[in-house]
Amino acid sequence: MIPAFIIIGLLILAGAAAAMTLRNLVHCALSLTCALGGVGLLYLLLGVQFAGLAQFLVYFGAVAILIVFAILLTGGMEPASETVFAPGRLVGWAVAVLVFALLAGAVWSSKSLPAGDLAVKEPTVGEIGDLLMGRYVLPLEIMGLLLTAALIGAVLLAMKPGGNVPAKPIEAKPATVVGGEEP
Amino acid sequence: MTPLQACLLLSCALFAVGLAGALTRRHAIVVLIGVELMLNAANLNFIAFWRYGPHPEALAGVIFVIFSVGVAAAEAAVGLALIIAIYRHYKTVNLDRITQLRAESRPPVESAGESSAAAHS
Repeated sequence: MIPAFIIIGLLILAGAAAAMTLRNLVHCALSLTCALGGVGLLYLLLGVQFAGLAQFLVYFGAVAILIVFAILLTGGMEPASETVFAPGRLVGWAVAVLVFALLAGAVWSSKSLPAGDLAVKEPTVGEIGDLLMGRYVLPLEIMGLLLTAALIGAVLLAMKPGGNVPAKPIEAKPATVVGGEEP
Repeated sequence: MTPLQACLLLSCALFAVGLAGALTRRHAIVVLIGVELMLNAANLNFIAFWRYGPHPEALAGVIFVIFSVGVAAAEAAVGLALIIAIYRHYKTVNLDRITQLRAESRPPVESAGESSAAAHS
């Protein structure tokens, strides 16, 4: 498991770093897809196939396509004359490094983490479905409501103000006017 | 280093990279990509604690990740729709130039010389 974990970890971190530093936004989206695919592979490696495949479906299939569409709808890439980073970049990097040092130090020095690597039976889809339909049925319903609300809200937000009616009403056909003049 | 610690360190690094991008980039879509990376780091923690925790038969971590992925999808859809609406109004997605949410305001013309709080929101 160790070599596979290292390879997938490097894939995730390289994809994430590339997504955060590249200038071309389409390359950013591709790097993000690479990183998220690495996370899905890690789920498969850790033995939870359902979450891994859900990750592939949602992030590969939906979120990556959404981000690419948003990039293409908003003009493609950043102007080459400007830097891609905000003016307060040093503070941002310092905060990120500090957060990583804090979290990694806490993980590294913690004595209460369970250390064992006991064999875990992979959850079957039937078990997950039983839980979703039984103990977690209320969160499932709320999730459906949330997704419906988000879908309607996204359509309303992205729609042009005033709806999608054409700007000019369709004129009367000139042919009828011509036909009226003939007699 | 136990396997759980390795997973947690990887997720810490992923979170830090996403946080750095969300704090320092000026393009709104890249900031949203950073937020997605941070969400994935949290999901990785759920799976790692489920896999190496004391009660893997309860499946709570897996269920939590499934719901979290659903919420992340909704968040991405609404966030990108917001970005498209802002782009239609301001003709830019540069977070340094978007300083107001009022509909009547004109986009400021000066270049991004000053660090604004909008870059971090």
